[in-house]
Amino acid sequence: MHTLTVMRTYIKLGFLNMVQYRANFFFELLGVVTHLTTAFLGLSLVFNQTNSLNGWSGTEIVILVGIQTMIGGIVGTVIQPSFQQFMEHVRLGTLDFTLTKPADSQVIVSLQRINGGAIAGIVAGFLTLSFGVSRQASSIGIAEASLFLITLTAGIVIVYCFLLMLTTFTFWFLKLDNVLVIFETSFGHAGSWPITIYPGWLKAGLTFIVPVAFAVTVPAESLTGRQDTTWIVGTIVAALIFAVASRRFWRFGLKHYTGASA
Amino acid sequence: MEATPELRKFTFRDLARFYAGRFRIDLNLQIQYRGAIAIWLMGLILQPLVALVVWTTVAQNQGGNVSGFTTSEYAAYFIILMIVDNLTFTWVMYEFEYRIQTGQFSALLLRPVHPIHQDVTTNMSFKTLGLFGVIPAAIILSFAFSANYNASLLDIVVFLPALILAMALRFIFEWTLGLLAFWITRTSAVFQLYNSISFFLAGNIAPLWLFPESVQMLTFVLPFRWTVFFPVEVLLGRATVTSMLVGFGMQLLWLGIACVGLRYLWKLASSRYSAVGG
Repeated sequence: MHTLTVMRTYIKLGFLNMVQYRANFFFELLGVVTHLTTAFLGLSLVFNQTNSLNGWSGTEIVILVGIQTMIGGIVGTVIQPSFQQFMEHVRLGTLDFTLTKPADSQVIVSLQRINGGAIAGIVAGFLTLSFGVSRQASSIGIAEASLFLITLTAGIVIVYCFLLMLTTFTFWFLKLDNVLVIFETSFGHAGSWPITIYPGWLKAGLTFIVPVAFAVTVPAESLTGRQDTTWIVGTIVAALIFAVASRRFWRFGLKHYTGASA
Repeated sequence: MEATPELRKFTFRDLARFYAGRFRIDLNLQIQYRGAIAIWLMGLILQPLVALVVWTTVAQNQGGNVSGFTTSEYAAYFIILMIVDNLTFTWVMYEFEYRIQTGQFSALLLRPVHPIHQDVTTNMSFKTLGLFGVIPAAIILSFAFSANYNASLLDIVVFLPALILAMALRFIFEWTLGLLAFWITRTSAVFQLYNSISFFLAGNIAPLWLFPESVQMLTFVLPFRWTVFFPVEVLLGRATVTSMLVGFGMQLLWLGIACVGLRYLWKLASSRYSAVGG
């Protein structure tokens, strides 16, 4: 209960901070619109030549791009700015102030800063997703919708835990700002297409090393009539494993932190 | 602040020595950040790789041929593009925003050498290090996707000046655009827009021959085709003699425009600049 109150307060504070920089929202919006426009122009070039890309229609890939943009928006709104702030704290030795607070350090570190502008990505992603779904011939029932919500949540959990693990390395290697770029590039580039089009080695890398497959392709599959029990169960199990592993790794890293004065 | 570094005060030999020395320093500086470079390289390789997979998949689905180009030619296109993109890439625009916001320009303006020279060597050192990742990746991907290279000796000979002109054009064009940071504070949004347009119209997402007729006409007039696509097309062995001549003509034309723009904007910018405490 205490943790929930802390979470609520931090998110509220983050948003209050953000309304100070309203212009930022419009710049982020401009960025998202450009990103989506290029993605759609690219898609239209592909589907000028063919009706399906390994069985995926243009509309189905629009749904996938919507999911990708939405998750990218969530990462950009809370996760990335908070982790960036955390790395800065470790580098400067100011993490002590966070650790002495009477609340779970992982919660504070993960929610401490909010970039409100990036909400533009969540909104635009959701609109794109809805547009894709409305254009789809087959209708989506309760079963598909709930499967989608479950796999999407699991995907977001996996992405969050993956980023937390990358960030935790800061305890050993101080200058690591670039590490989040690993995720950004693989998620941003490879995540716009269904994972099934990539050759085996790349598919494996995008599933096990940088978990883009779980986060984007599996939720998209459950909205486009491709539900595969193995993958759905795999995603949920992976989310649980990631959650436990990243938490333990975080605590292990924390033990290594000696503070600024030590 | 009265500070307009004058290029003509230096002889060619002075500049050559400056370049050689600066390049060594920059190379050593960059090597300190090899982790950051490795991560940056990952993006540089992954982006064309994704496009390569998409288009070879389309070609395979269509029976091995799209718009008169085979699957292996699409593979070759994106592998060559990866190398050309690494060699023409700059991030001077972002550098400008940072320099203006942190006031670093003051120090650069006080030097007797025009700041563009140092940016050239920094950029070159980056590209050199990039090659250590891009070339092995190109070789591995060529085998993995059985890329088909058809360049004749003439194509290879023509490719070199086309590449050098593309490097010069993209660098000077983006350096000139970077000067906008003297007038606009939030330039990164403008640059992001520029990058997306450039990305699309330079052929990074799809080869330009797949574009609708009207867009293709547009690419002939704008600079982006000449900064990336043109050298790639030449090395792919798909450029006719006429299109090579048109290409060089357009590269020189845009290079001229960019140089004139650079001189004019630089004069305006450096006379406008006043740092805090300056």
